[in-house]
Amino acid sequence: MEGVDVNAHSGKNAGLLVALVFLLRPSLAAAHLVTTGMGPVYDGIGHLLLTPEDFVPMLALALYAGLRGAVSGRRVMFMLPLAWFAGGLAGSTIGSSLQFPIPAISCLVLGALVAADLRMQDNAVVILAICLGLVHGFFNGAAMRDGAGTLGLLGIMSIVFIAVALTSAFVISLRRPWMRMAIRVAGSWICASGLLMLGWMVRGRM
Amino acid sequence: MKKNWHGYGHVRLLLLFFTVCILTYYPSSAFAHVERGQAIGFVTGLRHPWSGLDHVLAMIAVGLWGAQLGSPAIWLLPVTFPMVMSLGAMMGLLGIPLPGIEIGIAFSAILLGAMVFGEVRPRLVIAAVMVGFFAVFHGHAHGTELPAGQSGLLYSMGFVIATGMLHGMGITIGLIHRWPAGKLALRGAGALITIIGVTFLWKALT
Repeated sequence: MEGVDVNAHSGKNAGLLVALVFLLRPSLAAAHLVTTGMGPVYDGIGHLLLTPEDFVPMLALALYAGLRGAVSGRRVMFMLPLAWFAGGLAGSTIGSSLQFPIPAISCLVLGALVAADLRMQDNAVVILAICLGLVHGFFNGAAMRDGAGTLGLLGIMSIVFIAVALTSAFVISLRRPWMRMAIRVAGSWICASGLLMLGWMVRGRM
Repeated sequence: MKKNWHGYGHVRLLLLFFTVCILTYYPSSAFAHVERGQAIGFVTGLRHPWSGLDHVLAMIAVGLWGAQLGSPAIWLLPVTFPMVMSLGAMMGLLGIPLPGIEIGIAFSAILLGAMVFGEVRPRLVIAAVMVGFFAVFHGHAHGTELPAGQSGLLYSMGFVIATGMLHGMGITIGLIHRWPAGKLALRGAGALITIIGVTFLWKALT
């Protein structure tokens, strides 16, 4: 028995020693090319996650689709990313320097829909998703024309798909009335933010 | 005792939310970068509604009154206030004048405190209109004070979320309404808010 214990201790010590050697001799952790960024796909993902003007309306639509049920959630999950991508392609082709208060209007309308929990047919929700995707995608595409390009749009499309899937599924899973009410309160906050943002934008032009 | 505590799952959840809100708000001095841009816009918006006791008291009073009135007022009043407040803020941003703002804010504390003190139970529409009416004054005051040069959407979101947190505080405190001693304490808090509101009115008139 003694011999077995000694061997076990020796093995453990040797393992620790090897780990220590590796820790003391770190090589370059070049996981990403810092000179070129993370690559266009990740740039697209980062763009959506770090741009509240796009992320918040998308979130509001996902919340609304979730409130409307599984059918709406599933359809929006597929149609919104596709429309976003199509709009992005159009935007990157045509280009645009126009400034519209699109994020403010999107937040205002979608936030109000969530807050009111307005009953709407599944097809109407899909049309709403297509409109949102085309418009926001168009301006994304125009902005990324000289940057991440089509691969960037693919990144945006993938993160829109994931975010809508997770958010809608979460809302659909809520069963207690007060939980759905909390979602509606969040919608009212998004609507109020949109209204304030509209005021900011209008003041900026005066 | 343990069984009773477990029976109030939603109370525990609200207390947890309240604690997280306070802890999130607490560290105010960790500015690693120059004070501009997106993050600081959110933080500035988050801090703004807490900057005046008159606003804080009125918003907490809305929560307290909602908790006294129960469902659906408990969620309808806190939804109404931020949305109409944003409308008032938009008026302020656009430079649309509103006479007697300070008097209106002082009256909001007096009347909302009086509603809590008297446990007044008007029809839901009347309560919502009353809260909305006063929200315009609060929003207008905030709208004229909004700083320029920061992210509009994130500032607006921080601003609205902070307002919602104040209502949440009021609702959380208002949950003591279920106990006889709590009912009395709430009425006392209403009376205190009214008295402080009278001092605000005195200041506004002199």
